[in-house]
Amino acid sequence: MELDNNIEKLLEKYFEATTTVAEEQTLRKYFDQESVATHLEQYKPMFAYFSNAKEEQYTKLNSLTESVKPRRKFNYRWVSVAAAVVVTIGTYFGYGEYTHIQEQKKARLVYQQTKEAFGLLAENFAKGTEKVALLEEFEVAKQKVYSNN
Amino acid sequence: MQQKEFLNLVMPFKDKLYRMAKRLLVSREEAEDATQEILLKLWSKNESMGNYRSIEAFAMTMTKNFCLDRLKSKQAGNLKLVHSNYQDETTSLQKQLEAEDSVNWVERIMDELPEQQKMVLQLRDIEDYDYEEISELLDMKPTAVRVALSRARKTVREKLVQKHSYGIG
Repeated sequence: MELDNNIEKLLEKYFEATTTVAEEQTLRKYFDQESVATHLEQYKPMFAYFSNAKEEQYTKLNSLTESVKPRRKFNYRWVSVAAAVVVTIGTYFGYGEYTHIQEQKKARLVYQQTKEAFGLLAENFAKGTEKVALLEEFEVAKQKVYSNN
Repeated sequence: MQQKEFLNLVMPFKDKLYRMAKRLLVSREEAEDATQEILLKLWSKNESMGNYRSIEAFAMTMTKNFCLDRLKSKQAGNLKLVHSNYQDETTSLQKQLEAEDSVNWVERIMDELPEQQKMVLQLRDIEDYDYEEISELLDMKPTAVRVALSRARKTVREKLVQKHSYGIG
């Protein structure tokens, strides 16, 4: 009976919305029992409903995240970093390669020029020897003259 | 934040969001859609999530606003009443039916309440929130919360007594 009194008081407070969460839990627990004082029976469905409503669950969570992958934000800062690295390496090695190629080109040119020069030299030298051959003719003629005397 | 972390974070209060949505939107499908929508919004915001003091309160406010918007929009014009099944706690069939019926009545009575009272009652009696939390969530003064709550509870009681004595509905 004392409990019933207590519950009545709590109910009064409850309907004035001055109960604490703990007191409301006491009420809910009380009305959750099988046997409730007859004059309090009318409140039973109310608290039963509140307790029941608490059990309801959202069950579709699994389908949620499967369908949606997290957004991967593409970070453009790293692109610039990568570009800078590529440019640096490119200029470092590329410049070496470039001068190398230039040198090779120059060398080939020089080689061609030298070859040409030697070619000219050889040609003229050949001409010279041709003329020297004429000297031999001269010698033969000279011998002829000597022997005739 | 990874998917798993996010799920762990949302897990404790997802049911609360759903129940709140169902309270306001009545239909189970609508409530499921709304909850899905809210969780997706949270997920898309997951980078800035650390900035909020309480993610649960933030999500609840989002749910409330979302559902109220839904109710205002035309789409909500064809909402259906959906009844859940309730577990029996009483022994005799007669009593069982009666109790089940009355419990169902509470839900229907709650559906008839003004939205604000509905939300206050939901947050307080079903989700056990503090008065301060409720007033923050619903953007109401604490005294207004108490008044709304008291009215809501009294209305439920009165209507329940009416149904019991006249047996009409």
